[in-house]
Amino acid sequence: MRTTRKALAAAIAASLLLASCSGAGEPSGGGGAAAGDAAPGVTDDRVVIGTHQPLTGPAAPGYSRISVAAKAMYDYLNDAGGINGRKIDYRVEDDGYNPTRTVEVVKQLVLQDQVFAIVGGLGTPTHSKVVDYLNSEGVPDLLVSSGALAWDDPAKSPMTFGFQVDYAREGKIQGKYIAEHLAGKKVGLLFQNDDIGRDAQQGLDRYVKDSVVSRQGYDPANTDVLPQLSALKDSGAQVVVCSCVPAFTALAILTAAKLGFHPQFVVSSIGADPVTLTGLLADFAKRGGAEVSPAALLNGLIGTGYLPDVGQTDDPWIALFKKVHDKYIPDEPLTNTVAFGMAQAYTFAQALKLAGRDLTRGKLVDAMASGKIKGPGLTPFGFSKESHSGYTGAYVFKINPDTSTTVIQPPAVTDREGGDITPAPTERVTPQDIGLG
Amino acid sequence: MSLLTRHALLGLLALAGIVVLTSVVDPYTDVQIATVGYYLVAVAGLTLLTGTNGQISLGHGAFMFIGAYTVALLVIHVPTFPFWADLLLAAAAAGLAGALTGAAAARLHGPYLAGATLALAVGLPAITQRFPDALGGSNGLAFTVQSLPTGLAGTVPQTRWQAWVVWTTALLLLVLLANVVRGRFGRILRAVRDDEVSAALAGIHIGRTKILAFLLSALCGGLAGGLQAFLLGTAAPGSFTLALSLSLLAAMVLGGVGSLWGALWGALALVFVPQWADDLTKALDLGTDVAQHLPIAVFGAVLIAVVLAFPQGIHGGINRSLARLFRKKETHENNP
Repeated sequence: MRTTRKALAAAIAASLLLASCSGAGEPSGGGGAAAGDAAPGVTDDRVVIGTHQPLTGPAAPGYSRISVAAKAMYDYLNDAGGINGRKIDYRVEDDGYNPTRTVEVVKQLVLQDQVFAIVGGLGTPTHSKVVDYLNSEGVPDLLVSSGALAWDDPAKSPMTFGFQVDYAREGKIQGKYIAEHLAGKKVGLLFQNDDIGRDAQQGLDRYVKDSVVSRQGYDPANTDVLPQLSALKDSGAQVVVCSCVPAFTALAILTAAKLGFHPQFVVSSIGADPVTLTGLLADFAKRGGAEVSPAALLNGLIGTGYLPDVGQTDDPWIALFKKVHDKYIPDEPLTNTVAFGMAQAYTFAQALKLAGRDLTRGKLVDAMASGKIKGPGLTPFGFSKESHSGYTGAYVFKINPDTSTTVIQPPAVTDREGGDITPAPTERVTPQDIGLG
Repeated sequence: MSLLTRHALLGLLALAGIVVLTSVVDPYTDVQIATVGYYLVAVAGLTLLTGTNGQISLGHGAFMFIGAYTVALLVIHVPTFPFWADLLLAAAAAGLAGALTGAAAARLHGPYLAGATLALAVGLPAITQRFPDALGGSNGLAFTVQSLPTGLAGTVPQTRWQAWVVWTTALLLLVLLANVVRGRFGRILRAVRDDEVSAALAGIHIGRTKILAFLLSALCGGLAGGLQAFLLGTAAPGSFTLALSLSLLAAMVLGGVGSLWGALWGALALVFVPQWADDLTKALDLGTDVAQHLPIAVFGAVLIAVVLAFPQGIHGGINRSLARLFRKKETHENNP
């Protein structure tokens, strides 16, 4: 008995020692798989792509519609003959905004579904956990649905490209607007406690650092923002900059109203879609047993954006989105979130077209970095060999009493560091110029 | 043959089975098999606490949280440690936290204990908000764990190797737990569960036993969290919600409270039932509003159905069916 035990212990110890000679955190010698000529997921008539989206969980309100819209756009393009003779097979996996699930579903997409690329993976806490994996496996990781600065790092993550205006650029534009138009007011910050908050403050602090009286972070797993809003109220903040996802913008507005706190809200593009917010405010208030008027709560709210608003029906891109919407998802409310999903899908399709019929992962990444990607946005993309950053600026808008929006500062572009904010070029391409579908 | 030898042989046999199985399936199934492995460790720890010692914990996700962050911090800040040392330290850290919780838990019963552990599950992940620089705030930590020995690089895929590591650890732990449950300490745990007064009269120190049970159970939770971090290279507060703690509890009930086999069925269900439901919804081409909630609903329905049909969980159900089968056979043989 005793000898068996000893032998067993020795065997275990030996196997453990054999199993690992080097440290767990030390970089391995071998490099990752090169993207080059590989083209998994591509057949003669089909290309399989995947994404991870929060269809359930704390970020689902609002964001669960993005993949519905993207699917509609892919259906539209497929019905028009596909891209370079291939139909796009779009696989959506729900990660519930839970990073562990994100890693699992992305591994599923890469290993089991053998996707050609991951497109529009949503969320900062989620997507940051798969960037290293996708880059070491050589999987193109395009148009990430998050404005964190981390996606723009071509040296470390050559396969990863952003999409949205990053939070630092957006913060600069918000900060400058506040410094010029809301001068002298006390500013409070409410932000998601991850890269969203960190990057946004980096931008805001270049312009309004001295006016900030309170900085409050929230965690998306905890839907009670009463402590944060109470602290903002007590600090005497007259302007509250909300770097929040839609659900938390709505929660912040409702909580402030409950406290009798009426600051001027300035909301980032990620959480400032009026139609989505209207739905969320009504829904959350009802669950809390109250009737509210979302239009009244949203009236006067200032937001930033980089895509045309769905209310601008004369915009050629909005006309296209409306056409796709009416044909494929007519029951879905046409929101800016829907426009986001469609714009993103169209941008990917454009890169796929540029990559050519003889498709490889290397060619797709080259197409993204070619500088030829032009999109629905009102500011240009930053994509080049040196930069993987998406939209490079934003406009400022105000929500009207009927929840439509008015642009109060035209689109401006800037960099993520200390550079100036300059007016954006006014010429834009139309869907007809690109001519995909 | 001693109990330990028998369990060790069973464990080795199971490991051989895993090695064979992982060699024939695709890489993603390897990941799923490894996922079953770490859930098995967590559920086994919980079943020891609840089934054998009669204490309830709604907070085992918190111990997984401790284990995952221990591995994450060690990989990032002490890169020279081999991964197995990280895993051992993760188990030790969670064990320590379990002993502290146990010290409080030993004085609580039923709903009060449930409430205290619930607070742990809800509260502990918030510590990441307090120390965003060290723990990464809501974003958590991302890292890559290097474990594949250089000798095997190129011949064994990363995912298969990870599945082997997770299952070797899980089986070692199960052998240990099986011996604990069947041995003297197991009898003490059950004595305390069944009647604290008579156990005390028999000379058993009630408080100490309960604390030890909590320590052992938390150690399993920490190891499970450590294995999860090892497998997925992430530790973030969004992964250790109350829902995780409750699903561990659900898996335990589903598999059969108090049985290590039950923990296996529970862990399998936790991984594969939502997966099948997901595949099913995709095959049926349902609208997104239905599809996104169906996997959770199916898991709930399975749980209800199993508890109604087999109050002892899946393992109890299998045992009963087997017993009935053999009894039938015996009667058959007795009356030709």
